[in-house]
This record gives sequence, C-alpha cells and structure tokens, in this order.
Amino acid sequence: MSSTELTDLDAAELGRRLAGGEVSSVEATRAYLDRIEAEDGAVGAYLHVDGETALQRAAAVDAARAAGEELGPLAGLPVALKDVFVTEGVPTTSGSKILEGWRPPYDATVARRLKDAGTVLLGKTNMDEFAMGSSTENSAYRVTRNPWDLARIPGGSSGGSSAAVAGGLAPWALGTDTGGSIRQPAAVTGLVGHKPTYGSVSRYGLIAFSSSLDQAGPMARTVLDAAVLHEAIGGHDPRDSTSIDAPSPPLAECARRGATGDLKGLRVGVVRELGGEGHTDGYEEGVLARMAEAVQLIEGMGAEVREVSCPSFDLALPAYYLIAPSEASSNLARFEGMRFGIRVADDGRHDLDEVMALTREQGFGPEVKRRIILGTYALSAGYYDAYYGQAQKVRTLITRDFTAAFADVDVLISPTTPSVAFPIGSRVDDPLAMYAADLCTLPASLAGLPATSVPCGLSEGLPVGLQIMAPALADDRCYSLAAAVEAALDSARGHRLLDELPTRAGATGGAA
Amino acid sequence: MTTTPDRLVDFDEVLTRYEPVIGLETHVELGTASKMFCGCSTTFGADPNTQTCPVCLGLPGSLPVANAAAVEHTIRIGLALGCRIATWSRFARKNYFYPDIPKGFQTSQYDEPLCTAGHLDVEVDGETYRVEIERVHLEEDTGKNLHVGGATGRIHGADHSLVDFNRAGIPLVEIVTRPIPGTGAKAPEVARAYVTELREIVQALGASDVRMEQGSLRCDVNTSLAPIGSLEWGTRTETKNVNSLRSVERSVRYEMRRQAAVLDAEGRVLQETRHFHEDTGSTSPGRSKEEATDYRYFPEPDLVPLAPDAAWVEKLGADLPELPAARRARLMEEWGLSATEMAWLVNADALGLVTDTVAAGASPADARKWWLGELARRANDAGVELTQLAVTPAQVAELTALLADGTINDQLARQTLDGVLAGEGGPKQVVEARGLAVMGESDELVAAVEAAIAGAPDVVEKVRGGKVQALGALVGAVMKTTRGKADAATVKRMLEERVVGS
Ligand SMILES: [Zn+2]
Repeated sequence: MSSTELTDLDAAELGRRLAGGEVSSVEATRAYLDRIEAEDGAVGAYLHVDGETALQRAAAVDAARAAGEELGPLAGLPVALKDVFVTEGVPTTSGSKILEGWRPPYDATVARRLKDAGTVLLGKTNMDEFAMGSSTENSAYRVTRNPWDLARIPGGSSGGSSAAVAGGLAPWALGTDTGGSIRQPAAVTGLVGHKPTYGSVSRYGLIAFSSSLDQAGPMARTVLDAAVLHEAIGGHDPRDSTSIDAPSPPLAECARRGATGDLKGLRVGVVRELGGEGHTDGYEEGVLARMAEAVQLIEGMGAEVREVSCPSFDLALPAYYLIAPSEASSNLARFEGMRFGIRVADDGRHDLDEVMALTREQGFGPEVKRRIILGTYALSAGYYDAYYGQAQKVRTLITRDFTAAFADVDVLISPTTPSVAFPIGSRVDDPLAMYAADLCTLPASLAGLPATSVPCGLSEGLPVGLQIMAPALADDRCYSLAAAVEAALDSARGHRLLDELPTRAGATGGAA
Repeated sequence: MTTTPDRLVDFDEVLTRYEPVIGLETHVELGTASKMFCGCSTTFGADPNTQTCPVCLGLPGSLPVANAAAVEHTIRIGLALGCRIATWSRFARKNYFYPDIPKGFQTSQYDEPLCTAGHLDVEVDGETYRVEIERVHLEEDTGKNLHVGGATGRIHGADHSLVDFNRAGIPLVEIVTRPIPGTGAKAPEVARAYVTELREIVQALGASDVRMEQGSLRCDVNTSLAPIGSLEWGTRTETKNVNSLRSVERSVRYEMRRQAAVLDAEGRVLQETRHFHEDTGSTSPGRSKEEATDYRYFPEPDLVPLAPDAAWVEKLGADLPELPAARRARLMEEWGLSATEMAWLVNADALGLVTDTVAAGASPADARKWWLGELARRANDAGVELTQLAVTPAQVAELTALLADGTINDQLARQTLDGVLAGEGGPKQVVEARGLAVMGESDELVAAVEAAIAGAPDVVEKVRGGKVQALGALVGAVMKTTRGKADAATVKRMLEERVVGS
C-alpha cells in the first residue's frame, strides 16, 4: 500500500488495520513522515517534526503488540499537536519568538494522555502567535497554507493542525479554541472540529491565552474520529481547578448512532442573529446557501427545525475583544526573559526593566502587542467597570440567551464562519475584518458551551462549515447531529468531501 | 546608606502637638506541608530552587490548585479574630513585573477576601485598646532576590542578581487592621502589643511557627500624624523590613519623631514606603506610593471561587483551641497572679515555658521564680532568647523537686543548672555525677563542724558571751570546707548544740 493510500485513511480505519496487524505503526508513521517531508515545505503545517523519535515510539508500540501486550485502541496511531501544548523535551513555542528554544520539563495533561494511550507524536503544528488570530498569519515562524488552495489561509489559530489533517500530513490533531480557533479552521479546510464544554478537557499545560475561554479539542477528518480523540483527552484533571469532575457522555457511541440518520424528535434551533434574516451582513452567499441546504437536510431526516432569536449575540464580538485581551495581558506577563525563552539586551548596560521591556518588544509580534495593550487598558483603574466589568455582564446575557433557547430546542445551528477561506494577506491590515471571522463561534465560547463544526459542502470550490451548539456537558448532542449530517452528505455525494481536495491528485506522486 | 540623617523631634514633645494614627499589615507564612498552589515542600532553609515545580516557577501552561489546608488555617485565624467569614470568596491577580514574581502577577485576594470585620483587644499598662481588623486574606509569597556585588545589597549597583523560588508560592495570610486612632503616647507600644498578641494567637492555632527572624511573620507598619484636634488624619508612611517585636515599637516611635519634624517645618509628609534599619533604629525612603503602580486586579480565572460551607465554618469555630487571652485569664486565676505579674511573664516570653514547667510538676511560684530569675539572667548573659536556653521545662521542674525534698539547696541548684546547661544531662544525673547532694549529719559533717569550733576559739568565746550572730562565721567555715554541699540550717543547729549547748 502506498504512503498516500495509508495517509488517506481516517484514523478509525487506520486504527483497525493497526490492531489487526495489517499495517504496523512504523509503516503508518513513516508514511506520514514521508508526506510531511515531501509536502510540508509547500503547506507549512508544522513548526517541529522529530521523525526519529516518532519512529522509535512507533517501533516500541509494534514491539509491544508483537509481544502480545494488551494495547488500547489508539496505540500506534500518529497524531499532531498544536504548538500551544507543552510537551516534555519537545520544543514548544506557542507560535512566538519569545519562546524560541524552550524545551519544557513537563507534559500537558492532554499530551500525557495521548502518550499513555500509545499514540505517536508526529510533531507540533503552526499557529497564530499565542493563539491570537484567525488565519495563522500571526505565527512568528511561517505561513501555513490551505490544502484546498495554497493561496488561501487554513483558518486560525489552529491553522497548522487544520492544514496538516486536511492535507494528509496527520490523521488527526489537537487544536485549541478560545473564540473559534478549532471550529473556524476546521470549517475552512473541510474538517470536523469540536470545542468541548469549558472545563471538560484539562487546560493544564496548555499555554494560556484567555483562561476563562481556552479549551482543547479534536480536529479530524470524520465525526467519529473527532469523538474518539475527544474521549481520549477528556475527563477530570485534578491539576486544573476549573476541570469538571463529572462523567462525560459516551461520544464515539453517539457519533456511531448519529450516523444512522434518524433525527425524529430532535428539536433544532437556527440562530437568527448568526446569518439569519436581517443579520446577513458580512456573510457570503455561498455560505448562506449551504447553511439553508443543511437546514433542509436536517428537517428531511425528521428533526423539528425552528428559528430562534438570541439578541445579545450581537454583543459577543466586543465583549470577547475585551475579556480575552484582558486575561491575555496578565497571562502573557510571565514572558519577560527571566526563566525561559529568549532574553534581549542582557549585556550589562541595560537594567532589569529595560531587559524585560526589550525582551517583550522583540519577542512579541504586533497582534500580541495590540491585545496586551488593549487588555492592560481595559483592566486599568478607572476603566475596569466600563470595559472588563461590562463585558462580563454581556457574557451573562449571552448565557441567558442560550439558556432560554435551550428551553425550547435541543441544539442550535449556524454557519461556523461567515466566509470561506480568504486569500493570504487579504485581511492582515484590517484587524476588524479578521476578527469578523469569529462572529459565529464567539457566543458558545463566551458561554462555555460545546460546539462542533462539520463540513456542509463547498462554495466556490472551498469548504463551508455548519456549527452545532449544545448545552453544557451535552457534547454528545453535537456529535450525533454532526454524524447524521456527515453521513447524509457523504452518501448523497458518494464519497467524502475531502476526496474532492484538488491538490490530492498532484500530491499522490509525492512519496509513494 | 549615606542619606542625610532625619531631623527628629523629642518623643514627648511630639505628643504636645500631634496625634498619631497607626495601622498594621501583617504577613504570616502558614506552616502547611505544601505550597499554596502546588505540591512543593515548604521546608525552610533548603538549597536554592530545589523546592520548585512548573506551577511555582510560573512555567507556561501550568495552573494553580488551591491548598485546602491553607484555606482552613486562614478561616481559623479569621474566627480567632472575631471576623465574619465570607460565604463566597475569590482569588484575584495582582499584576506587576518583578523577577521574584514568577507569573508576572501575584495570586492574592482583592475585593472578596475570606475574612472581614474582626477585632483584637490588646493591653498596654493595664489599659485595653481595641484594634479593628479590616480583613484577613490568603495569598502566595514571592521568591527571594539575592543581589550580588555592590555595596547596599540592593539591586542598584549589584553585579548580578539571583532568584530563589523555594519561597515562591508559600501560603501567606495577610491580616490588615483598620487605622488605629486614640493611642497617643502609647502608639508604639500598642503596635508592639498587637503584633505580640497576633503572634500568640497564630501560634496557639498551630497555623505557623511565626518566627520573625526567619520571616515567617512580617510586618508593615503604617504611621501618620495629625495636629491635635484636626478632623483629618495625616499622610501615612508604610515602614517595611520590620523584623522583630522591638522594631515594631521603634519604627513607630521613629516615624512619629521624624514626621513631627517635617510637619513642624511646614513640610509635607510623603506617602511612601520606608525601610526600617535595625542597627540605627531609623527609617529611610523606598518606593514612593505617589507614583503608585496600578495592579489591575481582576478575578483569577484559573481558580474556582471559595464557598466555605457554613456548618464546616461553625465546626472550625467550635474546635478552636483556647486562645491566649482566655488562657492568660485562666492561669491568672489558677496561679493567683495579678495582671502585672502576668504581663511580666508574657513580656519575658516565658508564659509557655512556665506553663510547661507547671505541667511537669513544679509549683507555679517555683516555675515563675526560676524562669524569670536565674534562667532569665543566664539567657541575658548568653545573649539568647529564654526559649533557646539548653534546659527544658521538665528539667526545671525536676530541679525544683530536688530542692523541695532537700536533696539540694539553692547554691547546689545553681551548680546543678550549670551542669544541665553544659549538656551533662538532667538535674538528677548532674547531682549524682558531680556529687552535689546536700550532706546529712554524717561523720564528715560532724568532723567539719568540730574542726571549725576547734579552729576558732575566739569566735566560740564571743558566742558564749552572748554575741550569737558571731556563729555565722563558723557556719561559713563549715560551708567552705564542705564546698557548699552542707545544708546551712543543719550546720547552724549542729554548731548551736555544740557551742551554746541546748
Ligand atoms: Zn511548586
């Protein structure tokens, strides 16, 4: 079997073949490493790849399997991690120059769980610096390109992960989502991405952007893969005080059941404020058209669909851009060159304050500085109540809108992002246009609710995502509806959406 | 430091024109086994940076988990100070840059502290002063900076600086008083009495070892002066680096005298942080608060709010140990002491020692006599604290028992103590090893008595002639030949029998 054929398999299928002995972990890992070698120069998904270590781990799993050891379902499966996750001994930068050269002495809880499950780490993926951005153009290191069109962005901030998984450079990956950073890149690359309920996946070892919003989650080629990866990383962690100590519903099982397509009795709300009547400004027609078709599809499978109004969602964007920068201004204070990362101007001629200031001046990129300044201002004496305080009140209003909506419906749906992948460079000089990419994903972030993006077709040859939002801890509802939509569209189409990826044909010769 | 010496006004004169207001912020390092937000050990004196982990080093990605034992200690301190315990309390981030703050913020409490509105009554010269407690809150300690090179030990002029993060993250309770007016000339002593009493309470609760010299209890002392009769309080200064009870008192006294001089010269007292200097008893200016840092406090999103259960708090209150004030009242009653006598014991830091000595079997009177007398003298001579003497309360009790049963006399007891302090063992062991027991009416003593009579016929003559007090010279002679081991009363009786005849 060729490398490309192996890397075309979804993780569940690859896992089956690994378990059955048809493929070894070394073969699978080498197939991915070969493709990374051949294609990542063009895609730019990874910041760090250590093939030797990956092959060693893969060989260890193969040896354990050969020795008849009891292995978990993920054993031997390659995985990629967004560079925001701290990994022991493996360079971790969060996309920033300021952490260049840092090799952490510990593993993030989710990285540890994946390691313990026997997965093989392919590498660390590119991202907007400190997860601040929607295009991965804010990375301090490299540009990442969308495998559907290399002139376009892969979304962000988890754009390295989305490009890797869509481009066949990883079977699945972890991302993080603060205001949409899993869902939006998944949407624009034709992947499934899920932001779990806040507190249901550990944040320990996730380099913080905005502590009250950050969540790690899966990015995968299928709903089932996403659910399986989510189950592997989820659950209570005593090292994270905000971690919820409650059993999580079985997600993979819901994804499997959901794929049968029976939605009778499911009540679905379409959020008017997210692309509905009177709220279509900034939404591309193609996106709205795919959204309308998805609504029909869901109705056709027996669900009861109605429009729901959540008026305070209009305030989500300004509230988010006060809360997230405020927390970030404090979270990023530890990067001052004293204990890790780069240190600038420590030449005996600059005093302590100057060394710290110059380190930050040269270590942080413009978007990070913009948000630190914004957040510092919002928390300042005399402005706190007007900005941070007000934003927290808006957050409460948004939560109330969700609570009211979920009294009548089981899930809410919307487009994941108002547009398809935009061209690289087209929004870099316009932060507000860039921020608009998060318009639909912010409400669930601010309310701490689970939300999935699942592909719902193409517009202008580029993927469009459908967002499914559910009440806290009801992540299973997101997965079952997403699985139903995925199954119906795949079967109507006769193949997976990713099979239409135009660069595929050209890529097959890469490393066969 | 080579700053110009401050002009000072005579203390008594200060009080003819000004009224002081004091306030204290006291930090107590809790004696929990692990740090406030991680599992690292808190043992004092370990090699630098050996008690650290990703959390207390503030490494990217690390997260705090609050230490439940520290929360419990804080609530118990609050209860002992009569505070209201919050039903809902949050940690907050205090943002500022300094290398000993690993996260770029200190996790503290801001507008939602665990305990508020308490009080502590302290006594100075028989008068009671009520100190209102504004708040008791929980936070984490900083690391320790060591500035190498340069003359001052400060960062300016140093060749390089080192940071030890062993202390970073140790739980710290901050106890803040409301401004304390109306203490007049007693302000310095009230300040000292407050810290003394607070220390006793924390110690009684077992919440900390409260050792000022190791920094596990630290004080910031606020002082201001206003003209007598003024409706407004003056500008306050905050004196830091006050590392002993005596320094608390001295720093208030010094600031009152300094500020009076500034005000007399129609100057303005600057709102600033000042450093206390133990050697000179003076303060010098530090950071000016008038260019104050904006700490940009906001609720710590990495920690969940604390919501102490009412029933649990009630149980903590019911289970508090006997507090120092109640204990003193009980002991005064039991031991029959006056308030002044009790004050002496407390001021000498001997109450605990005496209590333990009584518990080991000594009479309260004997125990007090030894600790406040001979032992206090010895400590003073050796330049150590009473508690640091190499003798235990149980050994002191044993000593008083040997005295009471006549095994030794006062002089022998002092010699016995010499042996105990020299590490020769307990009193009984020393008496035996050194042969210090009182002589009975042994042949040796009879011989000594008769030798004394034979050796001083002139004295014998005088006694027989009616000058009975001359007998003292013969007693002295016998005591000398027996090297103090004889019992003086026995010797006197034996001499009387032989010289005067009875
Ligand atoms: Zn630690």
